[in-house]
Amino acid sequence: MSDLLDLSAVEARVALDAKSISATELASAYIDAAEQTAALNNYVLLTPDHALDMAARADERLAKGKGGLLEGIPLGVKDLFCTTGIATTACSRILRGFVPPYESTVTANLWAEGAVMLGKLNCDEFAMGSANETSAFGPAINPWQSAEKIDLVPGGSSGGSASAVAARSALMATGTDTGGSIRQPAAFCGVVGLKPTYGRCSRWGIVAFASSLDQAGPFTRTVADNALMLQAMASHDAKDSTSSDVLLPDIMAAVEQGVKGMKIGVPQEYVIDGMDSDVMKLWQQGQDWLRQAGADLIEVTLPHTKYALPTYYIIAPAEASSNLARYDGVRYGLRVEAASLDQMYEATRAAGFGEEVQRRILIGTYVLSAGYYDAYYLKAQKVRRLIKQDFDTAFAKVDALLTPATPTAAFAVGRKIDDPVVNYLNDVFTVPANLAGLPGISVPAGLNVDGLPLGLQVLGKPYDEASLYRVAGVLEQAADFTAKPNRRAGGAK
Amino acid sequence: MPVDKTTVAKIARLARLNVREDRLEPVANELNGILDWIAELNEVPTDNIEPLASVTGHALPMRDDLVTDGDCVDQVLANVPEGTSGFFVVPKVVE
Repeated sequence: MSDLLDLSAVEARVALDAKSISATELASAYIDAAEQTAALNNYVLLTPDHALDMAARADERLAKGKGGLLEGIPLGVKDLFCTTGIATTACSRILRGFVPPYESTVTANLWAEGAVMLGKLNCDEFAMGSANETSAFGPAINPWQSAEKIDLVPGGSSGGSASAVAARSALMATGTDTGGSIRQPAAFCGVVGLKPTYGRCSRWGIVAFASSLDQAGPFTRTVADNALMLQAMASHDAKDSTSSDVLLPDIMAAVEQGVKGMKIGVPQEYVIDGMDSDVMKLWQQGQDWLRQAGADLIEVTLPHTKYALPTYYIIAPAEASSNLARYDGVRYGLRVEAASLDQMYEATRAAGFGEEVQRRILIGTYVLSAGYYDAYYLKAQKVRRLIKQDFDTAFAKVDALLTPATPTAAFAVGRKIDDPVVNYLNDVFTVPANLAGLPGISVPAGLNVDGLPLGLQVLGKPYDEASLYRVAGVLEQAADFTAKPNRRAGGAK
Repeated sequence: MPVDKTTVAKIARLARLNVREDRLEPVANELNGILDWIAELNEVPTDNIEPLASVTGHALPMRDDLVTDGDCVDQVLANVPEGTSGFFVVPKVVE
């Protein structure tokens, strides 16, 4: 069984076409794997019957030679994507028991290409967090451990997605990235995670956090798998007015294309206090790999980088406070009865939202409130433009940027931090791309001194996912990242 | 402009979020911590900078003003905490 689990999606797809494996066998192997690794708590709902049913239909289509891009590929879905008839909770008490009568565009695209759904994956509540510790289902656990064998966070918010792909309990998984929620957990779990250009994947049917920043993307174990999955996920969708009709370039070819002649920028402002020396070393190593592969490495400057996090922590909560106004105990989700309508709203929302979500709603409400709007929200929108202009200037000179994905490797579950701002620093390298709407990919590139994975991030111009995959393909090959987490399905216990 | 207990109570009311009396002070402290940190933005000169609300660079698309959905009361009510005869039920609003 463990052989099946080690196949990449591209390899599995070839084997399915050649009939050397069946979609049903593959789905069964992954269902077993998910059960075997249940202690990682990366699934909040397993749907084995649904998976086997989808796999049986995939086998029928494969038998007729009519397989789609992802025909028979078993994957997990972050519990932020609405799935028809299957509970979708955003890992919040306020949506407990919510069963959507509609399907998100991204998941509909995946099913149309033949993918098989294994279940719904754990995440931070409403995607607000960087450690998957704010989930109403409890934390998801990273399958990687250091010598001390303590539980580590998988990162967040898409922590269940990263954990499941790394633990081989899903061959691929969907995620969403508002400030780093795909790239940071991908780095923490040693898998490949891409946040596409804003507008590349439809937001329709995805539980909204901060609508001007949210973007769905793929988690996979290889760069080629990632390109394959993005191809299936991305589409122009009239139901999302910010969805783009710019054609997706040939990203599968880009993975193999190399970086000869490319200009890669190295932003000096990404050297920060609190960054691990291993991260710094890996970043240098990444620059060497790209230079050896024929790229020109160029120092660039992004002067407003240090203001990206504070800007994000105004804009994202402001949008969240507005988006989360819909949870009122009237139309769906939790309701706490009270004497008046207003008291019912207030009691329902206080009981249904967790601490971090409440904190962000309050901050968001404050920065949007009369008297403070100009000082905070408008100011942040202006700085957001300056951050975007920094990237525009840099991308006039270079084709892509190389940065670390995170300042540190994964940390222990439950580490006590009283200051929420310290937690927010996890996203220091990932947030700027969301503010500017740029695509970014995190590629596993090495291990730190404790044997934990570290990622490198590549950022690109809007709609230029092809350049990201070119650079990521070279990094993957040079890094030859073959290490595996010890708590994976089929691995040593 | 530090946030005090009264301000927390006011924004909690605006957000329709019940914050217990004994939590007002700790929440005020947390919010002040975050607001102190984001006040860093005041260092950045932004005169004559247009606020950026959308990164897509294109205007929102227009569509024909047609009914494209509807006649699905059952689906709309499928998840109601309380409903009856095709309606949402809420506590009495009008005396």
